[in-house]
Amino acid sequence: MSTARPTLVAAMTDAALSALVALGLFCVLIGLRLVPTDSGLTLHTRPRPLVLTVLAVFAGRLLLRLWQRARPAGAPTPRLVAEGVTRAGRLVGPVFLILALTLPLYTGRYGIDVGILVLTYVMLGWGLNIVVGLAGLLDLGYVAFYAVGAYSYALISTTFHLGFWTSLPVAGLLAACWGVMLGFPVLRLRGDYLAIVTLAFGEIIRVVLINWTSFTGGPNGISDIPRPTLFGLKFNGSGDPDTFAAFFHLDYSVTQRFVFLYYVILGLALLTNWVSLRLRRLPLGRAWEALREDEIACRALGINVVTTKLTAFAMGAMFGGFAGAFFATRQGFVSPESFTFIESALVLSIVVLGGLGSQLGVALAALVMIGGSELFRDLAEYRMLIFGLALVVMMVLRPRGLVSGRTPSIALGARREIAAELVAQGRG
Amino acid sequence: MRFGGLTAVGDLSFAAGRGEITAVIGPNGAGKTTVFNCITGFYRPTSGRLVLTHADGTRHALERLPGHRIARHARVARTFQNIRLFAGMTVLENLMVAQHNALMPSVANGLLAVFGLGGHRAAERTALEKARGWLEAVDLLARADDPAGALPYGAQRRLEIARAMCTDPVLLCLDEPAAGLNPRESDELAGLLGRIRAGGCSILLIEHDMGVVMRVSDHIVVLDHGSRISDGPPAMVRNDPRVIAAYLGEGDEDEAPAPLDAGATA
Repeated sequence: MSTARPTLVAAMTDAALSALVALGLFCVLIGLRLVPTDSGLTLHTRPRPLVLTVLAVFAGRLLLRLWQRARPAGAPTPRLVAEGVTRAGRLVGPVFLILALTLPLYTGRYGIDVGILVLTYVMLGWGLNIVVGLAGLLDLGYVAFYAVGAYSYALISTTFHLGFWTSLPVAGLLAACWGVMLGFPVLRLRGDYLAIVTLAFGEIIRVVLINWTSFTGGPNGISDIPRPTLFGLKFNGSGDPDTFAAFFHLDYSVTQRFVFLYYVILGLALLTNWVSLRLRRLPLGRAWEALREDEIACRALGINVVTTKLTAFAMGAMFGGFAGAFFATRQGFVSPESFTFIESALVLSIVVLGGLGSQLGVALAALVMIGGSELFRDLAEYRMLIFGLALVVMMVLRPRGLVSGRTPSIALGARREIAAELVAQGRG
Repeated sequence: MRFGGLTAVGDLSFAAGRGEITAVIGPNGAGKTTVFNCITGFYRPTSGRLVLTHADGTRHALERLPGHRIARHARVARTFQNIRLFAGMTVLENLMVAQHNALMPSVANGLLAVFGLGGHRAAERTALEKARGWLEAVDLLARADDPAGALPYGAQRRLEIARAMCTDPVLLCLDEPAAGLNPRESDELAGLLGRIRAGGCSILLIEHDMGVVMRVSDHIVVLDHGSRISDGPPAMVRNDPRVIAAYLGEGDEDEAPAPLDAGATA
């Protein structure tokens, strides 16, 4: 009994202190309001919202403290959740794949549209996962490669009149080249320093796109980007013999094009997944993971750290470029506005939230973050609030992401999951 | 080797014979690990030469090669004083990563392997067999699928040696492999080093455990303050007054021979 009371008192004191800080912060922010009147501005006080906010902070802090006391650090709850998720994970993957494959059968145009959006981010997440999750190189400028891919396709298709499928590999290759170009200057950087430089790189690409008006169209972007075709069959309502609807003697509907786009991005995303999974079990992927674990040991074993890092950057960038080309063909229009830092942050948070290095986790996180924010679209500005709160709660409960732990790439006996605590997160 | 105004290793010259175990000993801060870092390319010596001659007569100037080439082409492998395993990868994966260059001679080759081309399967099978062999040699076969970070300390030391050996070295540099081992584990280590030498690999050994040093070494080099103070077979070095003075200070007659004699009795 001697321990219970002081803890309660301590929690109350702590909560009171938090409330005091909140009062200091919000007394001007919330408590005062300037109202324009005929004679200029008048100062109004708003005690009610202020009191409510301070009380909310007090109650929240108190509950948090009491909850932390009820569940001391290292309690088994999160571990149980972790094991549950891992076990369910074996089923979740195939189930989601089947759901994804059959999605156009049971949703309308809106559902397919959301599906396309989610899959684009799944693909970006998987691409970035190679760089951040496997090789442990923190990249805050991933959107740069997305932009390179999108603009590559936009420029190639509008200048040389090449189709989507011919331009796609070119866009991927160009993005990979930019990945290598980014890789060179940052080879010696680690951790925070690497993050800052990649962040700057992402911004440089965007600023160049805005200002090089003669080449990229500047802020106006590039429009009239051709849509993809299915073995030469177009998706439009003109009724020409080389359109999809006419060829198969169907009535034209816009949904056909959306279903086709959906399967294109699903195919591209699955390609990314297949290559990542395959590479993980090959020497190159193992070298990436070893690099994340210990760069110095890699050097001592004769692994060329430079080429290993560059291939990781190039491979991640290539898939970013593919996704970018798809984005361009889906929108039919690209402009620098689509490639702001928030996109990089979003993709990185998908990877972190999903669990570094986990394919399934990244896909789930993309579904939750992109699909979820579509779900809450009606809530308008509260969307970001819910979003932020969900992120914080998630990271408190599962600091290593939805699917933490690592499956060995090779085993003599059965593959056993490696606990996340042992796996390094990479310091760049 | 100088760091700014500090000369870590100054006037030093010694030879390590092929097929021998050469121990480098000396008090703390004598410059032993700095010598290792120069040999394995982690430091570039400010002056001097390091030459490794392979059995076929090819000579490698180690002071000029970048780090990963020393391991790959000059075939020098090393372990670290503070163990550096890939903790989140399994024991077997650690050994597979060590055979990276054999498995993936070039980046193009590594990319072809994605599509099942480039003879990757056969290479992987050979690598797996070699890994299995070394796991048996260091008695870790039963733990092959456990994460390296979960192994007990002694096993981690053995695994690091096995990993270094998987790179097919001609010279193995061990930085305090017996540190933190109990007497039985030290005994096993001495046996392992003997077997590695018998396999044709030369060993350069930094060690403070004089029992191990005196038992396994063919040749001992003693460093103090970055220069060589003694060089010769164990029996000679043990009785060298300069060595005793460096270790224990002068005029400590009754304690002087104790640590160095441990090897003779063990």
